[in-house]
Amino acid sequence: MVKSDFGYNSKVEGEVIVTRADAVVNWVRSNSVWPMPMGLACCAIELMAAGGSRFDISRFGMEVMRFSPRQADCMIVAGTVTYKMAEVVRRIYDQMAEPKWVVAMGACASTGGMYRSYATLQGVDNIVPVDIYISGCPPRPEALLDGMMLLQEKIRQEGGSLRRTFRGRTVETKIVS
Amino acid sequence: MDAAALTSRFPATQDLAGKDMPTFRVAGSDLLAVVSALRDEQGFDLLADLCGLELQGRPVRFGVVIHLLSTTHKEYVRLHVDAVNDRVPSVSSLHPGANWHEREAFDMFGIVFEGHPDPRRILMWDSYPYHPLRKDFPLAGIEVPFPAADVAEVTGQKVEPAPMMGGPFVSHGGKLSEGEPSALDQSWTEEKPKA
Repeated sequence: MVKSDFGYNSKVEGEVIVTRADAVVNWVRSNSVWPMPMGLACCAIELMAAGGSRFDISRFGMEVMRFSPRQADCMIVAGTVTYKMAEVVRRIYDQMAEPKWVVAMGACASTGGMYRSYATLQGVDNIVPVDIYISGCPPRPEALLDGMMLLQEKIRQEGGSLRRTFRGRTVETKIVS
Repeated sequence: MDAAALTSRFPATQDLAGKDMPTFRVAGSDLLAVVSALRDEQGFDLLADLCGLELQGRPVRFGVVIHLLSTTHKEYVRLHVDAVNDRVPSVSSLHPGANWHEREAFDMFGIVFEGHPDPRRILMWDSYPYHPLRKDFPLAGIEVPFPAADVAEVTGQKVEPAPMMGGPFVSHGGKLSEGEPSALDQSWTEEKPKA
């Protein structure tokens, strides 16, 4: 690596890195996403494979799967959401502390998929705000990892507040530093 | 399987000459005695299946089919019961495994199992007002309130009919089979209301 005055120079800056608080906070958050595996159908099997040694989700700092919503900040909805289960999904989302993100994994969670019937919610975005949609039926673990890396990219670009729109309303969470 | 013993002891029982296994039509009033006799005297000790069905073109709309298996003789028997006034006696007292099957038949068809120890819905939520596997229930569903009032207030979500237009089960080639009446329901889309 060639050192130049344009990059980081410990002699000039005195071993101090100057940056914005948002950038640091986002960097920390994006590299320690704690997912809540909301496994409801066959997508959950691929989610488990993504956590296994072959695909190894821990390469991206997301291996800490927490089955308690209070200890998680990213709900991965993996599978078919029925109307009976939709109530539970929303309650678990409500129990997660801010900031929190939702990934709709697979066709069923995104749109209801092939279940166009009286019993199936036609997309989990009807009840919770979704950040990332992953296509596939079910998506392969690589697709899940790609979606999660996209979520990391989204987290890194967030401003001083978490602003999201849900069913026409804006929900805002301020970062208290 | 001693069919003669069964039909002579229960005169209302009719041998339907099933092609794959012995099949009988049993009167609802005889059902418990028939199942009990098959279990205790002929060795049919396992309830393999119990399901509801809607019978079109017959005076009694709903029926129940029970499959019993003899684990000693390696033999099945099938019992048909008509649900007169949508009611059938529960066999849960004889075969505890019938409990959830009967709850499902009640949930999907509205068949009431008299004497059932826990007659609740099992698949749909408790306040759901319809029985979805009835022939007059549209595949897409009927709008009803969301199961939880507080979640419905936050999300504004309702249980809505699912969009069929362009969906994977919508047939564009007209009627595919004479023997598949349920396929008719797939002619329903947002543009063309159900007849």
